[in-house]
Amino acid sequence: MNGIPNGHIGTRKRADLFFRVLATASAAVVLLSLLLILGTILWKSVPALSLSMLTQTPKGGFYLGKEGGILNAILGSLYLAVGATALAFLLSLPLALYLNLYKGRASKTAVWTRFFLDVLWGVPSIVYGAFGFVVMLALGLRASLLAGMLTVALLEFPIMCRAIDEVMRLVPRELKEASDSLGATRFETALKVMVRQAAPGILTGVLLAFGRGIGDAASVLFTAGFTDRVPTALADPAATLPLAIFFQLGTPFPEVQQRAYASAAVLTLIILLISLAGRAMSRKVTRHVVK
Amino acid sequence: MRLLKDALARRAMGLLSALPGFLVLLIVVGLFLKSKAILGVEPLSRLLFSSAWHPLKGQFGLLPFITGTMWVTVTALVLAVPVSILAAIYLSEYAPRWIREGAKPVVDLLAGLPSVVYGVWGVILVVPFVGNVLAPLAGVYSSGYSILAGGIVLAIMTFPTIIHVSLEVFASVPRSLRDASLSLGATKWETTRHVVLRKGAQGILAASVLGFSRAFGETMAVLMVVGNVPAVPRSVFDPGYPLPALIANNYGEMMSIPRYDAALMTAALVLMLIVLFFNVLARRILVRVEKRVQ
Repeated sequence: MNGIPNGHIGTRKRADLFFRVLATASAAVVLLSLLLILGTILWKSVPALSLSMLTQTPKGGFYLGKEGGILNAILGSLYLAVGATALAFLLSLPLALYLNLYKGRASKTAVWTRFFLDVLWGVPSIVYGAFGFVVMLALGLRASLLAGMLTVALLEFPIMCRAIDEVMRLVPRELKEASDSLGATRFETALKVMVRQAAPGILTGVLLAFGRGIGDAASVLFTAGFTDRVPTALADPAATLPLAIFFQLGTPFPEVQQRAYASAAVLTLIILLISLAGRAMSRKVTRHVVK
Repeated sequence: MRLLKDALARRAMGLLSALPGFLVLLIVVGLFLKSKAILGVEPLSRLLFSSAWHPLKGQFGLLPFITGTMWVTVTALVLAVPVSILAAIYLSEYAPRWIREGAKPVVDLLAGLPSVVYGVWGVILVVPFVGNVLAPLAGVYSSGYSILAGGIVLAIMTFPTIIHVSLEVFASVPRSLRDASLSLGATKWETTRHVVLRKGAQGILAASVLGFSRAFGETMAVLMVVGNVPAVPRSVFDPGYPLPALIANNYGEMMSIPRYDAALMTAALVLMLIVLFFNVLARRILVRVEKRVQ
């Protein structure tokens, strides 16, 4: 019958060993690809990485290999991602609270809302970019920091909301009941119990979305524009780090391509820093969590 | 007063819960309205199945781009699915606890790396590797900027998605089933194959479909290594030109040629609808798996 192991015990043991090795090797491939990517990017960036690159904006002829740095893109990306993350947070936290406090886990609203959040999560960033562009045209906006922020906020919203939702799910029901029994309204329970209890997870979710936002290129391509100056107003166009990397790599000059590698290393370091910070900070804010 | 506050908050939040569904609808409708300018003039079949892409002559056949996307995505999945699932099997069935815990940040980081970083890495390492090593091995010429290079980069990008979902699926298979199988004298692999994989078959399918839709819409990393030649590719060593790359590459000039922007928005709409379809499919399977576990 199919499904029942047969054969000599030696053959079966060999098959067992074979697949154990295969599975282990596959896991090693995954780990090695990460190390290979990080290693290549960091190693290739060494020749072009310098302080002036981090502290200057592009000077004349920067894209031909002359003086300057990518400060415009670093700051542009930070502004954009901070703004977008704040906007996404304003939507995500209340929605996650609503799904976990006001609505039962299995209620129709909760199930469908989660379903659509998951679907939104899967929408490619280029589609967000195109959509942001359509909305921009409809509203008569130009490519600007604000338009970029709005688009990236849309991209971050499902990521953040689902991450927060997942940690709030883990808050024990007894805590909510204890709060109810003390006469707190749902809203008070939400702010004083849920948020505090889930704080480490909320922070992780916010940082996760921030990392996704700062690294995304396709969504800001149409919407944020690109400029050599550091943006000073929401209506200014803003350079972003991913696009700076993309444009520099696209030039035919080796010096500029070297800088693209260095810029990629800067972006990678920012992402690494965010994920480390997330781990460290989420440990710190566990002080208020009731075990 | 407190009750009033509570009621207000409930209303406002209730309104928010309609947002995700509304957004999905809004994206589809927004893109549709923009693509109407071309959908009204050209028959849909010509748009989707013609390979003539000459924007200046007003010909917008999307076929090369749709096939380009399919080629890259399928190549990526052929590489990514077996590796990811085997890696997930290792992590859930074989690995000691400390490795399992240590693998989480690795997978998270792989998922968190920006796509341009993958792209830069692809240009530095994968493209020359395909052009100088793999293509001569296969006895063909390739510049390296090819479907295969895109597929390799994309495969690594889809690892985290498939591994993550597979791990959840494997974790949902009850411990006692494994123990029962092992106590009957089955080896570890036989247990994995006949108990874990069988129980998790649907979930693995869903994981792969999610990986597919993730890969399908990936833009920058693929764009940077795939060559971007608007012709239907014939082998994995040929360059391709996927849909997302088409949209991303031409945003600058699309306003100056008539109906170009509409054609690009149609491309975005096609992309959105395909990804939507596969996402909904995967989620439905996963919901069913979850229900059965409970």
